[in-house]
Amino acid sequence: MATEIKTDVVILFAGDSGDGIQLTGSQFTNTAALYGNDISTFPNFPAEIRAPQGTIAGVSGFQLHFGSVEIFTAGDACDVLVVMNAAALKANLKQLKPGGIIIANTDGFDAKNLKLAKYPDGVNPLKDNSLEKYKVFEIDVTKITRTALEGSGLGTKEMDRSKNMFVLGYIYWMYNRSLENSIEFLKEQFKKRPELLDANIKVLKAGFNYGDTVETPMNRFEVKPAPVAKGTYRSIMGNQAVAMGLIAATQKANLTLFYGTYPITPASDILHELSKHKNFGVKTFQAEDEIAAITSAIGASFGGALGITASSGPGIALKGEAIGLALMLELPLVIVNIQRGGPSTGLPTKTEQADLMQAIYGRNGEAPVPVVSASTPSDCFEMAFEACRLAIEFMTPVFFLSDGYIANGSEPWKFPAAADLPELKVSFAKNNLKEGEKFLPYKRNEKLAREWAIPGTKGLEHRVGGIEKENETGNISYDPDNHELMVKIRQAKVDNIADHIPLQTIDNGNEKGKLLILGWGSTYGSIKTAVREARAAGHDVSHAHIKYMNPLPKNLGEMIKGFDKVLIPEINNGQLIKIIRDKYLVDAKGLNKIKGMPFTSGEIVEKIKEMLSTDH
Amino acid sequence: MESQLVEKLSPKDFVTDQEVRWCPGCGDYSILKQVQTVMPELGLKREEIVFISGIGCSSRFPYYMETYGMHSIHGRATAIASGLKATRPELSVWVVTGDGDALSIGGNHLIHLLRRNFDVNVLMFNNEIYGLTKGQYSPTSPLGKVAKSTPMGSVDHPFNPLALCLGADSTFVARSMDRDPIHLREVLKRANAHKGTSMVEIYQNCNVFNDGAFEIYTEKGTKKLNTLFVEQGKPLLFGENGNKGIKLDGFKPIVVDLADASANDLWIHDEKDQVKANILVRFFNNASTENALPRPFGVFYQEDRFCYEKAFNLQVQEAIANKGVGDLDALIRGKNTWTI
Repeated sequence: MATEIKTDVVILFAGDSGDGIQLTGSQFTNTAALYGNDISTFPNFPAEIRAPQGTIAGVSGFQLHFGSVEIFTAGDACDVLVVMNAAALKANLKQLKPGGIIIANTDGFDAKNLKLAKYPDGVNPLKDNSLEKYKVFEIDVTKITRTALEGSGLGTKEMDRSKNMFVLGYIYWMYNRSLENSIEFLKEQFKKRPELLDANIKVLKAGFNYGDTVETPMNRFEVKPAPVAKGTYRSIMGNQAVAMGLIAATQKANLTLFYGTYPITPASDILHELSKHKNFGVKTFQAEDEIAAITSAIGASFGGALGITASSGPGIALKGEAIGLALMLELPLVIVNIQRGGPSTGLPTKTEQADLMQAIYGRNGEAPVPVVSASTPSDCFEMAFEACRLAIEFMTPVFFLSDGYIANGSEPWKFPAAADLPELKVSFAKNNLKEGEKFLPYKRNEKLAREWAIPGTKGLEHRVGGIEKENETGNISYDPDNHELMVKIRQAKVDNIADHIPLQTIDNGNEKGKLLILGWGSTYGSIKTAVREARAAGHDVSHAHIKYMNPLPKNLGEMIKGFDKVLIPEINNGQLIKIIRDKYLVDAKGLNKIKGMPFTSGEIVEKIKEMLSTDH
Repeated sequence: MESQLVEKLSPKDFVTDQEVRWCPGCGDYSILKQVQTVMPELGLKREEIVFISGIGCSSRFPYYMETYGMHSIHGRATAIASGLKATRPELSVWVVTGDGDALSIGGNHLIHLLRRNFDVNVLMFNNEIYGLTKGQYSPTSPLGKVAKSTPMGSVDHPFNPLALCLGADSTFVARSMDRDPIHLREVLKRANAHKGTSMVEIYQNCNVFNDGAFEIYTEKGTKKLNTLFVEQGKPLLFGENGNKGIKLDGFKPIVVDLADASANDLWIHDEKDQVKANILVRFFNNASTENALPRPFGVFYQEDRFCYEKAFNLQVQEAIANKGVGDLDALIRGKNTWTI
């Protein structure tokens, strides 16, 4: 038995949604992260909560990419495929690299499971040499788990629930990892069920020992820590980072965080996370519907809290009218959209970037709203914080866009110290009126922001509303010139935000050249990896990733002019590209994937080569 | 404790500089007047009062009240009020809405406001018509209503608004009318005093699109025969000289003539009795039908139940008591870190 050194490895855990796949994956992720590997993960949930057991529809996956090098994506294809049943193999085999390793739970390949996975009668992929180009390790996980727990007093059903621990233990053995972190986790998890704690630890160890004692012709692998920047890290998921970013911003602004929301995939985890942190003064309100979710947040903002609402595309559609109200009221409000496949109900558990137009334009009337987006799980923290900053500073609703991929994906995060985060200055309007002087609720400062005058402030009683208002007084006005003036002012206010956001930078490559890849949102990792690879192969290509979608950074037009060609990869049918073409009159090309899945870096590399090999 | 001096205010302190733009003769004028009259008597600071409305004629109301106010979007005033009250429990929050705003487009938020029992006062102006959009039937218009959108008569069965509210476990249910200022002012005061959502339905005449919808209850000639003003602890009496009463036969209310019946048999109003309140709000038949019951006015039901905002904010305090004030660094750091 030898130990092979690897720079990076992609493991895909797959099984029934009841097999504990997500837990297994996240446990390995944490352990690898603690060890110092760079990591990116991609959980892939089935659409149904409890799809029929053993079927393709019920397969849950967790892909993790870890390495001794910098990692930016969960990996195009996997080196190791762990399958708990036949359906998991069938659904994921195409993801496995030739020569890759399959670890199969043979109990999941009995006649019943083969039939549920829709293999033809009498066909068992483990027995018919169809997997010959892979290295297959068959383990009867169920049987060994039960044997390990004999005499534990647990029923068969309960015993079988710790099958995933066997697999985890075995993978720990393969990659020579300590069990300690997972044992600590189990202790916490089963505090009140000592019999289950014992069982899980026993099975975890059994998995590890199985690797040691059984003579499999399997090498062990070593993936050394990654040479990442010095510092202290933690593992972070996108939605968790959103919640923390929102809390951090409201703490820094000394505001109450009011979170009005309605459950929706894939945004609900933000609610779950925020509701755990009420000791930060966080107030989470599970409203009766999407409209009440946002309007309650508007009510909270009117009262001087920072109103925040979150949803995914369908819920955002319902909030449209209220977003218009918030921008007329000129109150701070943050609208979080964790995008998923659309339109309509679409693909709730799959990722897509198809709500950019909805965020920028999706309202009646001339209704400009600033929009920011996050590129990676940890970037959700920074950009959620930024969304709050802009909302408060400019008295406006602000969109924050993320998507299912980074919402559930995770990566190591060199987290900031609270003291290093910028202070957000909020000053509610004070009554400095002279005798006989009237309060003007729509009088503006140099940023064109009006004052935040909250109930309880004597002498500043005033009325706001959705009807067009007279400049400065805020009284109802149907005057034609006033309407045009107000539309222009509201637009100018949002446009001027460009003076208060960072300039666009090139992430990788030269400032000028043949090809610029312009991305936004969760495609960051795939583009980053692809551009690195293409540049290493000598191609003249650069990568810029936009995080401020509206207004766009002031220098973006100039930057684009420095390149012969522009490629805009998006997980949609072409949205940013329309805006870029419209705004800068540039003949940008699109690369679009609309499969509910992120790009592989290979897909982007291929497009780079194609664009650089042609003259048109 | 330091005593807080509340500035002495008068009704005109609640009048804004905005020209009131309801149609001449609209019932809304009287309601505005009564609200402005009552306000100084409530012991509230003007800056701590907020009027929130949706869309509709009635929803112009906040522009005419010299308090904080928001004229929002159709049907959502109740939800906006929920968010405001949740974060600012000390404010006195009033929702002004109409039958279309509250019961049609905003029906969902209304029932959830009621079950949660936020301490806000809802004034629902019911004129049984869509006025602002110029005369379509509303969810409270009677069956067969001929309106702009129903030239052959409406085929919609109307809502019984207060029965709906009791169904949503409303803790305060009352009805009044624009044409009875004294009664309206008393009901407004009761609504303000109630801790919890106070649901006040106000019959309001739209003299342009639905003139006289309630005249049988509001005008001298017919009012006494067709209305029943309930008072706590008093028998249910009505009629020209208070010569008629209501008694319960099992759960069935029956009109009796006092000449034939003993006053001791009459239904005594008890606003704490939910079963009776449910019967009372079901006095809803058309006055022209045979044996029609009179239409009741007054406070039908009042219950003390914890308010949402109280429990909501208590959880924050409990979390702080149990875990200490949140430490941002600890939150960001989480449980597992590693250093390179």
